[in-house]
Amino acid sequence: MIFLTRKAEFSSAHYYWNDSWSPEENLRVFGRCANRNGHGHNYSLEVTVSGNVDPTSGFVVDLKELKDILEREVVSVYDHRHLNLEVPEFKATVPTTENIAIAIWQRLDNKIPHAKLHRVRVYEMPDLFADYYGER
Amino acid sequence: MKAHLSRRYHFSASHRLHTEAYDPARNVAVFGKCNNPHGHGHNYTVQVTLSGQVDPATGMVCNLAELDAFARTNLLDRFDHANLNTLDCFANKVSTTENLSIEIYRIFQNFPAAHLERVHVEETSNNSFDYAGETTTAPGLI
Repeated sequence: MIFLTRKAEFSSAHYYWNDSWSPEENLRVFGRCANRNGHGHNYSLEVTVSGNVDPTSGFVVDLKELKDILEREVVSVYDHRHLNLEVPEFKATVPTTENIAIAIWQRLDNKIPHAKLHRVRVYEMPDLFADYYGER
Repeated sequence: MKAHLSRRYHFSASHRLHTEAYDPARNVAVFGKCNNPHGHGHNYTVQVTLSGQVDPATGMVCNLAELDAFARTNLLDRFDHANLNTLDCFANKVSTTENLSIEIYRIFQNFPAAHLERVHVEETSNNSFDYAGETTTAPGLI
């Protein structure tokens, strides 16, 4: 079995806010991330899939096809968007790095032919990233 | 849902690889230029990986500000711009990055808000070390 990782990037705005809390509580927990005018990041996405090498093509997965899937399912939806305001899964869910990794897993799960999704890694910045392995 | 969060911290420290268990000639033979009596230094990078259920209210495995404050007090304030050999934890141990990784793992085991999975310490851009307790698996295979 081989693990194969494809990277993609997107730049998005977001803020952290829980509607069921008071503004003071949001500021206490989320600090500067609670600024309702939003802020943004250059996110880097690493999607790792596992599978066996096809003896004819030598591929685990067609990289062009994987690139197109990432573009269609994730980048075209997230890039140059405000995650809270424009991406449906974050209408009621805080767009933390952890939740972005989970949401991308859910967008990609069962969409990649001939390979099994192993890990979704999302870098919010080079010194902070979240991994999701599909665990409940 | 369970997710993993990794945070990277940076500090600069000096050290010298030397053990009283060896005579001077053997120290030089084993540790080479790292045995220079005056010490030398590195820019270390520590990557800490924590896991836990994502809190539905915050969307977080743990509050990053709390983690950063913990790292400031327990990691950076102790190690940054220090001579590792002068610290209590290296009084009887060679200050290799293997031993440093184990010490940093012990430190973050005391962070109360999430489960410590692994520490990864880069001594230089060419040398890095992983420790995840006695059952450490290969990097990337959590």
